[in-house]
Amino acid sequence: MVKSGAQILVDGLLEQGVDTIFGYPGGAVLPIYDALYDAEIRHILTRHEQGAAHAADGYARASGRPGVCLATSGPGATNLVTGITNAYMDSVPLVAFTGQVVTAQLGKDSFQEADITGITLPVTKHNYLVKDVRELARVVREAFYLATTGRPGPVLVDIPRDVSAGLTGDEDPGPVNLPGYRPVTEPAPARVEEAVRAILAAERPVIYAGGGVVNSGAHAELQRFAELILAPVTATLMGLTGFPGDHPLSLGMLGMHGSKYANYAVCECDLLIAVGVRFDDRVTGRLECFAKDAKIIHIDIDPAEIGKNVRVDIAIVGDVKKTLNALCARLKARLPGAWQEKIRQWKKEYPLTYEENGHLKPQQVIREIYRATGGRARIATDVGQHQMWTAQYYTFTRPRSFISSGGLGTMGFGLPAAIGVQVACPDEVVFSISGDGSIQMNIQEMATAVNYDLPVKIAVMDNGYLGMVRQWQELFYNRRYSYTELRNPDFVKLAEAYGAAGRRVTKPEEVAPALAEALAAPKPVMIDFVIEREENVLPMVPPGESLDKMLG
Amino acid sequence: MRQTLAVLVENNPGVLARVAGLFSRRGFNIDSLAVGRTDNPAVSRMTIVVEGDDHTLEQVTKQLHKLIDVIKIIDVTAEEYVDRELVLIKVSADPGQRIEIAQIAEIFRARIVDLGRRTLTLECTGNEGKIRAFEESLRPYGIKELVRTGKIAMLRGSRYTGGGNGKEEE
Repeated sequence: MVKSGAQILVDGLLEQGVDTIFGYPGGAVLPIYDALYDAEIRHILTRHEQGAAHAADGYARASGRPGVCLATSGPGATNLVTGITNAYMDSVPLVAFTGQVVTAQLGKDSFQEADITGITLPVTKHNYLVKDVRELARVVREAFYLATTGRPGPVLVDIPRDVSAGLTGDEDPGPVNLPGYRPVTEPAPARVEEAVRAILAAERPVIYAGGGVVNSGAHAELQRFAELILAPVTATLMGLTGFPGDHPLSLGMLGMHGSKYANYAVCECDLLIAVGVRFDDRVTGRLECFAKDAKIIHIDIDPAEIGKNVRVDIAIVGDVKKTLNALCARLKARLPGAWQEKIRQWKKEYPLTYEENGHLKPQQVIREIYRATGGRARIATDVGQHQMWTAQYYTFTRPRSFISSGGLGTMGFGLPAAIGVQVACPDEVVFSISGDGSIQMNIQEMATAVNYDLPVKIAVMDNGYLGMVRQWQELFYNRRYSYTELRNPDFVKLAEAYGAAGRRVTKPEEVAPALAEALAAPKPVMIDFVIEREENVLPMVPPGESLDKMLG
Repeated sequence: MRQTLAVLVENNPGVLARVAGLFSRRGFNIDSLAVGRTDNPAVSRMTIVVEGDDHTLEQVTKQLHKLIDVIKIIDVTAEEYVDRELVLIKVSADPGQRIEIAQIAEIFRARIVDLGRRTLTLECTGNEGKIRAFEESLRPYGIKELVRTGKIAMLRGSRYTGGGNGKEEE
């Protein structure tokens, strides 16, 4: 049977189990859109290609399945770049398809031509420019395989219009064969044995858990491991849902805006068990002081992460779930001692708190969202103060329930990501917690939420500032608020103009009723929380400082 | 410290850009890079000389391994190896100096490959030290142009690195 490239693509997507793609049509993808017209795949039309990339990313993070986005050549493709980079930094399985000018016009600066494989070279796990329709079926299979195995990441496939329109015989390309790609998932027994000995010898162990725990689906294994050796668990922003925040062994987040007890525990531990993490500078603070008295065990599926930022004593390359299982099988339960007591004291002495003064506080809003949703909502955020308050005050207990841009720190991620989450989880409550700065970076996706009846609840922490930048200006630049004050539109009217519901909250006692009303509404609702303007995110480790030197 | 890596890569378009881009964005220094096809037309071999401390060199290897098109990396410097580089040098030579230069060429087992009215072009093959010495001995005559291929290297003895299957065999 003869098929078009576009049909091969659609069949490839179906073979991969893709049920939804996020995209935006244009000239170079017309053949693909024609094939999608009667395909059994749901297409969500975002209002900007960046929204499509973030929505696919949110879909992937919430579901654990690869997210798929589609854009045309040139500006369509370049608009995906931030979303692709965001997925790359946070190891999210994303497959991006872009149209391209016809092969004869490649390299001629043709209309809407951009070298998107060149542009995305450093921000994709791999990418392809398909110049022959006969390669397309194989490339689609490889793209999904690469995006979802090993350390996940985005893969881009660039398809010239004559390739998607071109015809070829329907031949099965066979199983994926990539000689240069062999991810190691089984941990080496000798390394596991070494780790076991170090764990048995340790008096003050701490587990430092990251996104690898979530990606590997190892939350249950991590809990078993922590309970077995009675090690407190601190998580990165990406690992926050890898361990229940209400568990007695949970220390919450560590790092720049981590809890004091998490940072103290890391500073004083004698064994740091780093699980699926990459020792990011926002986590470690001053590197020379990070866990300076501790032996470090590092478990990661990506060998290049081992020893990249921090010297480690025991390196285990492998899948987190398999490695934790191997460790648990060789360990016996421990009894609590002085270390567990010390942690308990720290938690009592340095709880996360904020001052209640009768004004509307962002921390209160987050706590009330937690209460109103029973801690069961999927929460997407943008980037800035609201993101840190969410990480600190919404106690996450379910894997994949916190969807946030960690590595890249992309303002504008939250709303489109929440849309992707709601598509992946149609029966769940999905919140997009945002700031008044961030929400305006992809506000056009309100139209997408309304268009597809996606009842996302948007909570805007509105302080009339780019709050996190203002906080740094306050602390380190003598309160010189250079271009961080915002004059905003009326968010309530804006929401209504888009066809969503809008509401403004200015007093503490209005929060709970507003949330109850929003949760009862079967459509997107935006709540403009007018919060205390100069509230800061605390505690805070000043940049370049040791983790135990916290402000607040 | 310097290290010579033999890197087998899939002969795909853009593979050189992937490798070169990786070095520049991670801040690794390439001393030289030579690339060409192996006996298997689907596989190319790059010889990369990198400069850096142990930590950097470890990262170079690990990051290279992450590239999907990279099939195999051999640290040639870790074992006994043969390395060669070829240089072409165009040097000023008045007719009266030709004999002298020809004698230098002989010492280095270099060859005169072209003759101009006032220049000679010489070809010399060898390891880095020899190439450097050859260049130095021609410098007094005035080097007009110089081009080097970059180093290529291979392990000594009967061990070899197959072109296609990525296996090391005895």
